Amino acid sequence: MPDENVAQFTIRSVQVLAEDETVDEELVPDLDDDELLELYEQMKRSRRLDERAIALQRRGELGTYAPAIGQEAAQVGSAFAMAEDDWLVPSFREQPALLTRGTELHSILEYALGMEEGAEIPDGEGGLPPAIPVGSQPLHATGVGWGEALQDRPNVAVTYFGDGATSQGDVYEAMNFAGVYDAQTVFVCQNNRYAISTGIENQTEAETLAQKAIAAGIDGIQVDGNDVLGVYRVAREAMEKARNGEPVLIEALTYRRSMHTTSDDPSAYREGDEEAEWEARDPILRFQVYLEDRGILDDETEDAIDDRIESELAEAIERARADREALDPADMFRHVYAEMPSELERQYEAFEGDGGGGK
Amino acid sequence: MSERLRMVGAVRETLRDELERDDSVVVYGEDVGEAGGVFRATQGLVDDHPDRVFNTPVAEAGIVGTGVGLAATGMRPVAEIQFQSFLYQGFHQLAQHVARMRSRTRGTVTCPMTIRMPYGGGIHALELHSESFEAGFSHIPGLQVVFPASPAETKGLLTSAIRDPDPVVFMEPTRLYRSFREEVPDDHEIPLGEARVAESGDDVTVVAWGSMLRETLDAIEDVDANVEVIDPRTLYPLDTETIVDSVKKTGRCVVVHEAPKTAGMAGEITSRINEEAFLYLEAPVERVTGYDVPVPMFAREDDYVPDADRIESGIRRALEFG
Repeated sequence: MPDENVAQFTIRSVQVLAEDETVDEELVPDLDDDELLELYEQMKRSRRLDERAIALQRRGELGTYAPAIGQEAAQVGSAFAMAEDDWLVPSFREQPALLTRGTELHSILEYALGMEEGAEIPDGEGGLPPAIPVGSQPLHATGVGWGEALQDRPNVAVTYFGDGATSQGDVYEAMNFAGVYDAQTVFVCQNNRYAISTGIENQTEAETLAQKAIAAGIDGIQVDGNDVLGVYRVAREAMEKARNGEPVLIEALTYRRSMHTTSDDPSAYREGDEEAEWEARDPILRFQVYLEDRGILDDETEDAIDDRIESELAEAIERARADREALDPADMFRHVYAEMPSELERQYEAFEGDGGGGK
Repeated sequence: MSERLRMVGAVRETLRDELERDDSVVVYGEDVGEAGGVFRATQGLVDDHPDRVFNTPVAEAGIVGTGVGLAATGMRPVAEIQFQSFLYQGFHQLAQHVARMRSRTRGTVTCPMTIRMPYGGGIHALELHSESFEAGFSHIPGLQVVFPASPAETKGLLTSAIRDPDPVVFMEPTRLYRSFREEVPDDHEIPLGEARVAESGDDVTVVAWGSMLRETLDAIEDVDANVEVIDPRTLYPLDTETIVDSVKKTGRCVVVHEAPKTAGMAGEITSRINEEAFLYLEAPVERVTGYDVPVPMFAREDDYVPDADRIESGIRRALEFG
């Protein structure tokens, strides 16, 4: 038996718009000015939502909230490449992707207000609610991508998770099942370098996270996750493959510029100038300069975008407050089963008899 | 047309009928394809439905978790977990997602999934092939927990489980798979949540399910009293009314299960009797159960699982009290 190399693998890494604003013109995706501005506006909308949400949480109005600050390009760029009927299968830090897919601001705020109303999937739309247990939802995306294939539908499931999730067995199982069943699934791993406090260097010895696809026999590719054009380009290619039954793992290299959640204080585990370094690589700033350099974005457009976002946010906050105010506690009994079992009905009646939740 | 089948055959015929009836049914699990499952419960199904019967990789979280996604797209996943205790490797998916999907999305996403698994002792299998975790499953809101005790009951209950809009954990007693045949009617549905009075009597009530129902029916042959035997068939939702009505009549009750005693379903059933029939009781509710020990390996298995003698003793204690 000879000792020979029977398989070898490589991982591509893509960047279109670099940190220093150099552009690989050959790789620039075919997007018109309106589409480019939409990418920009969604990133800004998510950033402002996160900023307002943190402030509201600090005032005691919101529950624990996981900001996506710094990860907007990784999510908006990939979600923007989805087709109308594709499925978003998110984790809990996916505001940029949710907004890009049309989730309303007040919904996101209501989820952060502890209301199941914020996890509803509107009738006729494909999507799943945010998954809190790290790394559990990629399996659902595999199931969706498999189910769509079984029913000869073209829709793709796109799931988002972080670097920490790649240590979970479920994520490997998800990619492996996807490969076996030709599931129409794209796995978007946002390597934001931190799982709460654990840095990527303690998460794995793997050189890239994209290579985790190799063991499962599916494609893996890396992209500069702070380059919205690169992310869009890679995601569009991945989705076309997935639509044809070839699942893909994308590793988007990015940085969680803010806290894990509002319960976390990153100063306890981060190096001094690390945050400043990544501030300079901010995805929104990078894209803003790109758009200005090409005359697509001027002060007037910028102001109009900001005004629109501020008024939408003000309205969404009011709506969420009003919905919270009108909350019906007994609602928790009504959606456990299609039909309420008699034992649960007895508990429901007792709850109502007690005046509803000890009020 | 009915057929005389063993329980394993009733499982197979039910799956065959439901695959035939509903194009959204998907049957999948480890070795369920060409091999027909380790107990042959899916034998031959892949020949007729190669597009909807699948062998899976050996990964229970994968089996349970992909069901969430399949169901969301409109499929009806019917998964087999090879042995109940292997479900623990997918338990997080069951508790975190399958059970909660409807409530956490206020009914906008549901999970009509059936997870079948052989449970319990009696076949001299390896370690961790004999567990009976019904109390754990019943403790998770959103799940329904179903136990067939005969071939015909299997057909009726599994048909209802697959057609149900919510997830069902379907516990198949391993040792009844091939123990006897009976007539199994076609197109048979037994509503979930309804108990069956397996034997009528007015001296003492015995509540038992799955393999313990058979042991109980053996045990009462030697008891000189009129024993009423109730098979709840579904542990969640539990048909409290049928049990309570019986205890009001008999005043004495024995609950039998092979799971460990502490925090087992007998405790829950006793509480419900206390809540609704306390003044009718003439004796404390007797529990005949497995012990608070890990199910031993098969050299001691018969000493762990309640048998007809232990059940008979339990019935006598209940009858002789006071």
